[in-house]
Amino acid sequence: MASSMRVRVRYFASLREALGEAESLELAAGSTVGALRDALIGRGGEHGRLLARNRAVRCALDQVMADEGDVLHDGAEVAFFPPVTGG
Amino acid sequence: MPSGAVTIQQGDFDLSGEIAALRGDDVQVGAVASFVGTVRERSDGSRVSAMELEHYPGMTEKAIDAMIDEARRRFDIRRVRVVHRVGVLRPGDQIVLVAVTSGHRHDAFQACEFLMDYLKTQAPFWKKETTPDGERWVDARVDDDAALARWGVQMGNAG
Repeated sequence: MASSMRVRVRYFASLREALGEAESLELAAGSTVGALRDALIGRGGEHGRLLARNRAVRCALDQVMADEGDVLHDGAEVAFFPPVTGG
Repeated sequence: MPSGAVTIQQGDFDLSGEIAALRGDDVQVGAVASFVGTVRERSDGSRVSAMELEHYPGMTEKAIDAMIDEARRRFDIRRVRVVHRVGVLRPGDQIVLVAVTSGHRHDAFQACEFLMDYLKTQAPFWKKETTPDGERWVDARVDDDAALARWGVQMGNAG
């Protein structure tokens, strides 16, 4: 059984400008979207500031809107972005 | 499977051409409702000279296809077309088209409004405005969440 997994993290809009377009991250197997966000916040700096819990940040897992309780899998694509403003 | 009903493009679209293609030879259609969103020059008191639209390729199309599936469950409709532009737009430019055909007007009107309310808060697009004070990302509106909630869909965006 794999004890860790690799996920791809993408950012959009104001988060992309500050944090870059994408990165790859290793996490404990079975981690949730929320645990990934915690790990990114834990880096401090711009990640800590922009992904902080008092910020309106939405997330998607494999290109579908997600909740922080959703469980990640190896090879997952997770995206963080501000509230959407299309239309 | 992408439905082919959704197109994300940089270029402009032609309303009458899109509607003609959507109706095709479907003689069961008795109603065509469409909505076109355009770039407003004035936004929150500032004069907007340009607006740049970013999206999440892949997710955008999937999200709108899922909205169309939901509209089909709720309303008696025949065909749907959604075109959304990305890239740099100017005041007066067209941004988005939602068009729906149906046997009768009520379902066409309702589905068109439902799809716009859904798209506003659940499709991954972001607008950045250029104003005399510089560039700024547009804030999401709580009113838009309320518009979707009217349909019984509780999915927050701004709030």
